Amino acid sequence: MEVVLAFVIGGLYAAGLFMMMRRSMVKVIMGLALLGYASNLLIFTVGRLTRGSSPLIPADAAQPAAPFADPLPQALILTAIVIGFGVQAFALVLFKRTYQSVGTDDLDSIRATEKS
Amino acid sequence: MNGLLILPILIPLMTAIALVLAWNHRAIQRRISVAGALILFLAAIGLLTSVSSDGIAVVQIGDWPAPFGITLVADLFSAIMVTMTGLMGLAVAVYSLSSMDAPRESFGYYPLFHVLLMGVNGAFLTGDMFNLYVWFEVMLIASFVLMALGGERVQLEGAIKYVTINLVSSALFLTAIGILYSVAGTLNMADLAQRLNSGDVDPGMVTALSMMFLIAFGIKAAVFPLFFWLPASYHTPPVAVTAIFSGLLTKVGVYSLIRVFTLIFLRDVDYTHTLILVIAGFTMVTGVLGAVAQTGFRRLLSFHIVSQIGYLLMGLGLFTELALAGTVFFMVHVIIAKSALFLVSGAVYQIAGTYDLKKLGGLYKSHVGLSMMFLFPALSLAGIPPLSGFWAKLTLVRAGLETEEYAIVAVALGVSILTLFSMMKIWAEAFWKDRPESDEAASDGLPELRTSRAWLALVAPIIALGALTIVLGIAAEPFFVLARDAARQLLDPASYIQAVLGGTP
Repeated sequence: MEVVLAFVIGGLYAAGLFMMMRRSMVKVIMGLALLGYASNLLIFTVGRLTRGSSPLIPADAAQPAAPFADPLPQALILTAIVIGFGVQAFALVLFKRTYQSVGTDDLDSIRATEKS
Repeated sequence: MNGLLILPILIPLMTAIALVLAWNHRAIQRRISVAGALILFLAAIGLLTSVSSDGIAVVQIGDWPAPFGITLVADLFSAIMVTMTGLMGLAVAVYSLSSMDAPRESFGYYPLFHVLLMGVNGAFLTGDMFNLYVWFEVMLIASFVLMALGGERVQLEGAIKYVTINLVSSALFLTAIGILYSVAGTLNMADLAQRLNSGDVDPGMVTALSMMFLIAFGIKAAVFPLFFWLPASYHTPPVAVTAIFSGLLTKVGVYSLIRVFTLIFLRDVDYTHTLILVIAGFTMVTGVLGAVAQTGFRRLLSFHIVSQIGYLLMGLGLFTELALAGTVFFMVHVIIAKSALFLVSGAVYQIAGTYDLKKLGGLYKSHVGLSMMFLFPALSLAGIPPLSGFWAKLTLVRAGLETEEYAIVAVALGVSILTLFSMMKIWAEAFWKDRPESDEAASDGLPELRTSRAWLALVAPIIALGALTIVLGIAAEPFFVLARDAARQLLDPASYIQAVLGGTP
């Protein structure tokens, strides 16, 4: 399972970075989203995959039985997803506004900042 | 339970909430904003005095014991940084009163400003890696909106570059955190410091991780060769926003670098810190060369931010007590001097209606006071005695000589001369020469400076910051002692670990 996920994560990073290097703004946004997914999935995988044993403490015990899933990576991912959602939503609006005011999707033509 | 530690995060949050509640009342918003910034500054000074007398302060949020819950930690370095945030917050809040235009004020400039301060303070105070990521994002999202607020074309274009590169850096930071967790099984900084340096973790892995953090924080700190986003975006928003960005945002990146490379990644100091030293040298040189070539007031200053980051990293790369003391002192100095210069550039813009040095001129004749307000921070930045920059650079250079790193010392001194050259370029172009014949470009949409109160709000922060850089220079001793104590704490991770985790380290 880890091997499959490793390939998926690698593919996501590669695709994300490739999209970031395109000239189109829309593709950059998609690249950003893919990078976010890649790092979330990475945290999930490197936090050790444990199937079918939730970290719940039985009523009569002080700690859960031995092989239990680590809940922390999942909490981290949840936070990261929420943050990523907000940031991507903002980026979408920003890119749309820029498209409206510049009139092109081509990042190479964004040169107004080069003048003082 | 130390309440002072939570206040620097809580006060800006409360201020922002109060500001949002007063959304339609600009006059009330302005008062709340200044009052909130003032209270924050006082609380930060309270924190600094408490930390310098009682040692490292720690709060476990929700009373969860250390490696499990979120920990807030203030050592002397954090407390100094929080105080600087309070100072900058206050200065820029006052400055905004007469430099921010009405539309931006109505669309939430003040609440965003205080959310930004909250994010910065959170990043300075947290003792947990993932929590640091969250504070970074709080700070970033506020800065994104501040950067784009107003929606001018040049702002939007600058914001695209700024947002994209910062999101890449955040993704890298998050990836590094994930791998760090899998290697160490914890994200509490003190716990990490213990486990990664204990010997049962593969040192190669630790070094690889440290490089990921170096790149992630390096992008935010704008170090060579990752700084290109900064001069492309920092000159686009209103000058009050630029001033707070230059004073605080890149410094959070530097702070994070210093924190992780003095506390956590100490396995291969020869490799990592030498690399940092090399980066520092290149950052100084490329930054100042970029600055020399510029003809825009704010673009020139933006390149200087990059150059100064190099000095800050130089102290970290040398990694001795004196060098780190120099870095802390330089940090305080550069935040004050650089922001003062940006604020002056804004005042010049409001008088003359342009940032272009070729079109400016004759300001010494018409505004002697303002010229002096530029001259002192500018000379201080170049390192002319007895101003604060001199002592900061002297300390770094001496630390370099003591460790026999002559190359970086030579670079630092050479860059100082170029800094002086580019500052004199601004002086000669904007203040000294006669104003070239051209049609007067009126400053559009900005508040009128006719009333003396508006003028006072504009120059009072500049005078205060300028006076501070003189005071820091003439009475450097107490500040230097404070910086040395902070450096001593940074070089003694055991005391940090003990303060957070308790018991014997």
